[in-house]
Amino acid sequence: MSDAQPLVEVRDVYKHFPLTHGVLLQKQVGAVHAVDGVSFDIKEGETFGLVGESGCGKSTLARVITRLHEPTSGSVLFRGQDISGLSSRELKPLRREMQMIFQDPYSSLNPRKTVGSIVGEPFAIHGLLPGHGERKRAVQDLMEQVGLNPEHYNRFPHEFSGGQRQRIGVARAIALKPKLIVADEPVSALDVSIQAQILNLLKDLQSELGLTIVFIAHDLSVVRYMCDRIAVMYLGKIVELADSEALYAHPRHPYTGALMSAVPVPAPGKTLQRKGRVLGGDVPSPTNPPPACRFHTRCPKCQELCTLEEPLLEPKEGGNVAACHFPLTDAEVAERSPRTAGAVPGSG
Amino acid sequence: MPEPLLSVRDLRVHFQTEDGLVKAVDGISYDLMPGGALGIVGESGSGKSVSSLTVMGLTRSSNARISGEVLFEGKDLLKAPNEELRRIRGNDIAMIFQDPLSSLHPFYKVGAQLTEAIRAHNSVSKQAARVRATELLGMVDIPEPVHRLDNYPHEFSGGMRQRVMIAMALSNDPRLLIADEPTTALDVTVQAQILALIRRLQDELDTAVVMITHDLGVIAETVDDVAVMYAGRIVEQAPVQTIFGAPEHPYTWGLLRSIPRLDLPRSADLVPIPGRPPSLINLPGGCSFHPRCPYVRDRHRKVDPPLEAVPDDPGHRVACLLEPETRRKLWRELQAGQAPEQARAAVEPEQAPEGEPAA
Repeated sequence: MSDAQPLVEVRDVYKHFPLTHGVLLQKQVGAVHAVDGVSFDIKEGETFGLVGESGCGKSTLARVITRLHEPTSGSVLFRGQDISGLSSRELKPLRREMQMIFQDPYSSLNPRKTVGSIVGEPFAIHGLLPGHGERKRAVQDLMEQVGLNPEHYNRFPHEFSGGQRQRIGVARAIALKPKLIVADEPVSALDVSIQAQILNLLKDLQSELGLTIVFIAHDLSVVRYMCDRIAVMYLGKIVELADSEALYAHPRHPYTGALMSAVPVPAPGKTLQRKGRVLGGDVPSPTNPPPACRFHTRCPKCQELCTLEEPLLEPKEGGNVAACHFPLTDAEVAERSPRTAGAVPGSG
Repeated sequence: MPEPLLSVRDLRVHFQTEDGLVKAVDGISYDLMPGGALGIVGESGSGKSVSSLTVMGLTRSSNARISGEVLFEGKDLLKAPNEELRRIRGNDIAMIFQDPLSSLHPFYKVGAQLTEAIRAHNSVSKQAARVRATELLGMVDIPEPVHRLDNYPHEFSGGMRQRVMIAMALSNDPRLLIADEPTTALDVTVQAQILALIRRLQDELDTAVVMITHDLGVIAETVDDVAVMYAGRIVEQAPVQTIFGAPEHPYTWGLLRSIPRLDLPRSADLVPIPGRPPSLINLPGGCSFHPRCPYVRDRHRKVDPPLEAVPDDPGHRVACLLEPETRRKLWRELQAGQAPEQARAAVEPEQAPEGEPAA
């Protein structure tokens, strides 16, 4: 624990979406447990990664942090101030401090507006730079900063490629010099050669502007490249949280281990030895998550205890925080990790 | 020397559009042996999907100009009448697509769709087709296949739907399976399951596979040979070990350096390829990659590079105008962690020192 106050403190946040039956007299018949009791801190200036498969609640959590969703219970503190219950009027000044970048650069930009007005809109909303000339200059500076040609100020989104559109989204997000940027799968819709451009742009902007970034992705290699600390989510819960190096060097939760060994590695031969280690089954439905440890239905190390008692998120060997009764040992990690798979002769 | 199962010769697929002639595929050639596995890797718009759809006869439209040869077991599919193609599709050549939800009909039960695929090519009774469908679902590891036949596609998860698609593709023991981004829509743990399944079936059934993907990791795990496509052409083709171990095309180097990798130290920097893929209507002159290539020379802007075997390795073909010696030096520099500009400076003739530091 550092003495500096974290930028964001997430405290026991739940977000359930009700499932209703009937048209008029809507009766609640259940709930999607999208986020189910999550607590963590985001330090100022760090890149915090959220990874997990589809439906694990990572995007919902991101929207709770930026208060696009109101949490069902729990609180989110931004610079010590609880934002979970604020009205939209009270939120408005805080909105300047936190911005989002979305996955799909096609649907997140208004097709009828020019790039100039899209990037300038944050100024308009907050009544900044009212003069036409100064706003235009600010927008063109932003365009320059994210690697767009400022002369394209009057063009429409459809005139840009996917990578350039994502740059427009980034320019809009940094327009108000926010403290926090939440990037929800910002590169997964982009081509391989363009992905690296956007990732490097985000890294550069972060060091220039001192941004704090929450980076959400399903691609573990991208998250590792970008993030200082990473939280792995499964069915609405954080199952493991650790520094990037520690998480990839010695994952403690079997789910983290399974995710890592499932990533195809672009080095023929390095990964073939783990043929038999593919995680079976699918992610269970978040409307009715399994009791106790949620991963027990798919876990290769599952024992009776796992079906009875929910494991707590607590420090394990090597400093990783994981929610598991039977965390992976170093020997098991060596078998699963693609980095060392070549060195360990086919054991087991 | 056995005959190739599929032999594509100078295939060109151009589409006449309002904006101009789109050269989606512009002269590609490759061979695939029976039971072999070829990976086609490239970014969107590189022509990787169009070339394979053309093999299946799925790009025949009034605005398409198709030329070249697609020889399947010696027969030219481009000249085959539609009737005959229909007999071959789903029977000798099967295809699985990226999005398993839109490839299955939402109104019909999975069993009905599977038996239809079987009965389209074999005159068997409904009962016999149903038995075969059960067997197929079992083969792709769907639990309780008898019950699952009576489910609708929406009752399956994404991974399970892709298994159904694979079962359907395999229903008539195809000689060739074309998989177009089969795991792109799936989660990483499910992707690993599906890739393992495709590999297993390939071994068991001896089906030849063409795997189309943008993901170099998927390529490394599933195929024997790789063709790298850029702007409608194959720019490099080699056995998978060579593509990753000793690639010779600057675009392939760029791809390899622009993906973050779990098997390398975290501090390894990503080196993006500058710019973006060219418009297929208005290709740059000379080498199509020259506007993005860090090693471009004046000549490359005018001369179109042919796809040629590299010296002393007939299985490795590359379309690049740099001297083979220069390419190998550049790759050694890049391997040693140099940025493209540094690598270029190191191999420029006037600056190259005698004993340059090798990797």
